[in-house]
Amino acid sequence: MRRGIGFWTGLGFTLLISAFLILPVLASVIAGVTANQFVGLSSGLTTRWLVEVWANYGGTVLLSLRIALATLAVTLLIGIPAAYVLARHAGVTARLVEEALVMPVAVPGIATALGLILAYGAVGDLRASWLFILAGHVVFCLPFMLRSVLAVLLALDLKGLEEAARACGASWPQRFLGVVLPNVSGGVLAGSLMVVTLSLGEFNMTLLLHTPFTRTLPVGLADAYTALRTEMASAYTLIFFVLIVPLLSAMQWAASRAERLGR
Amino acid sequence: MSVAIRLAGCGRTWPGGSIALHPLDLDIAAGETLVLLGPSGCGKTTLLRLIAGLEAPDAGGRVFFDGEDVTRLPIERRHVGMVFQSYALFPNMDVAGNIGYGLRVRGVARAAARRRVDEMLAMMRLDGLGGRRIEALSGGQRQRVALARAIAPRPRVLLLDEPLSALDARLREQLRQEIDALLRSLGITAVYVTHDQAEAMALGDRIAAMEKGRIAQIGTGRDLYHRPANDFVAGFVGDTNRLATPEGERLVRPEHLALRRSATGGFTVVQATFLGPVVRVLLRDAAGRELRADVPDEDVPAPGERVAVLFQGRSLETEAAASPA
Ligand SMILES: Nc1ncnc2c1ncn2[C@@H]1O[C@H](COP(=O)(O)OP(=O)(O)OP(=O)(O)O)[C@@H](O)[C@H]1O
Ligand SMILES: [Mg+2]
Repeated sequence: MRRGIGFWTGLGFTLLISAFLILPVLASVIAGVTANQFVGLSSGLTTRWLVEVWANYGGTVLLSLRIALATLAVTLLIGIPAAYVLARHAGVTARLVEEALVMPVAVPGIATALGLILAYGAVGDLRASWLFILAGHVVFCLPFMLRSVLAVLLALDLKGLEEAARACGASWPQRFLGVVLPNVSGGVLAGSLMVVTLSLGEFNMTLLLHTPFTRTLPVGLADAYTALRTEMASAYTLIFFVLIVPLLSAMQWAASRAERLGR
Repeated sequence: MSVAIRLAGCGRTWPGGSIALHPLDLDIAAGETLVLLGPSGCGKTTLLRLIAGLEAPDAGGRVFFDGEDVTRLPIERRHVGMVFQSYALFPNMDVAGNIGYGLRVRGVARAAARRRVDEMLAMMRLDGLGGRRIEALSGGQRQRVALARAIAPRPRVLLLDEPLSALDARLREQLRQEIDALLRSLGITAVYVTHDQAEAMALGDRIAAMEKGRIAQIGTGRDLYHRPANDFVAGFVGDTNRLATPEGERLVRPEHLALRRSATGGFTVVQATFLGPVVRVLLRDAAGRELRADVPDEDVPAPGERVAVLFQGRSLETEAAASPA
């Protein structure tokens, strides 16, 4: 197969864009292990910054992970049933509910955070608890889970499949677990990927919601950038990558595997 | 173990107020195959879904299986087998998984379920395809899997909604024969929906011809063909001509007309089309009224020739020269 000029132009352009996007990442990674960023790489490589960051900010990494996984659990528990109910109802009400649930995406994170603080900030110890941030992340991430599951459900002949299962004698739990869920696994995994990524990186809303005791990774990162040496902040970024790249790769792998098994 | 089905005063009105089915009574004998025949939108599927339990009749309607009132029983507890027009096979399961689903959800022991699935695979000539993914099946194979899934749990009643309409003509004919043989060997009560009159004639012990939410006539294929209750039934189960005779207006099938060349005949041949088994001749009289006659492909009058038309149908005892209405 001969490739025309269009192919080579396209390839060149793609590589250029990729380089443009990857360069800052590489710069950060290198800066994170450079002894003195001001002098450059000739100053030698060191793990000093990594160790120091872990000592000061290790807690934020663990908290971020905990919040991301908890957000995932809650969005799965609410998002899948909600998508299922919406997919089963074709009416105007269902579409309005769908829109309402997707709203938080369009509202600036800061505004959502303010709303949460005004409404629930004074409730017991909630303000000081990591659960307060969890609530914010759930509000922010739920639409993504909902949308991605709903899209798959609407592409299926859900009514037909459920009726066929009923005709075979399946009760509601049997057909939900045996027919509905396995057929939306692709959407669930895509949604999960989205939710974990968004939760780990969420900054706008978390900046307002956090307290000195509930600092997440991105909030800590911002702190490091403004208060500390560039090398420290870069080392922090490096830790973030080490954390998120394998996590997302694993989820991608699981998603494609489930896809293959599902067919 | 087949059951008799009885519907009493079963109608169905949609929330918007439109009526899909006027209240009707229907008796289906145990082991009988009843075909619901009618044009699109006449309520065939609605009636089938009432029997299945996927749809509830309007207040007052009752559905009985062998005298047991099942009106309030949802489909999952009626123990019926159903084949859907779209097949609705489960894409997350392979062929064997689909066929065995009704056994698994009913808690049939694993070994017994396995044996039954193998039996169904053999019966449906799907041997060796048990591990195949659904999307890797041909249309005819999918149809067989859907049928196997429906009958694997040995249902009391088998309901089929246009199971062959998605297939091409040859395959349809072949599968129709298979289904016919299957229904006879199972001896199960079956309700079969179709809008194809040839399919209805071939499969049904009786046919219920439906028109706009009502059963216009119910009887054997012969009844409907030779003694249609009204113009609608007559026209739906075959072609008809409307003729005035000394005894009054009659409906006559094209194959019950014969042609004789005659310079004084009342009709002129407009067109003669070879259809294979017969030649369809289109005739017109001086007043412009048309007749269609199906005649054997022997010495057929050519367009422009004048002919006389003779009845030789079983609807009339004697042959008589026709004069157009
Ligand atoms: N869920 C529904 N809500 C409102 N009207 C409906 C619904 N389902 C069917 N109808 C209407 O009820 C009438 C009967 O429909 P039904 O599906 O029983 O027809 P059918 O004889 O099976 O037609 P086809 O041969 O096209 O499948 C139609 O006019 C249809 O538009
Ligand atoms: Mg229909």
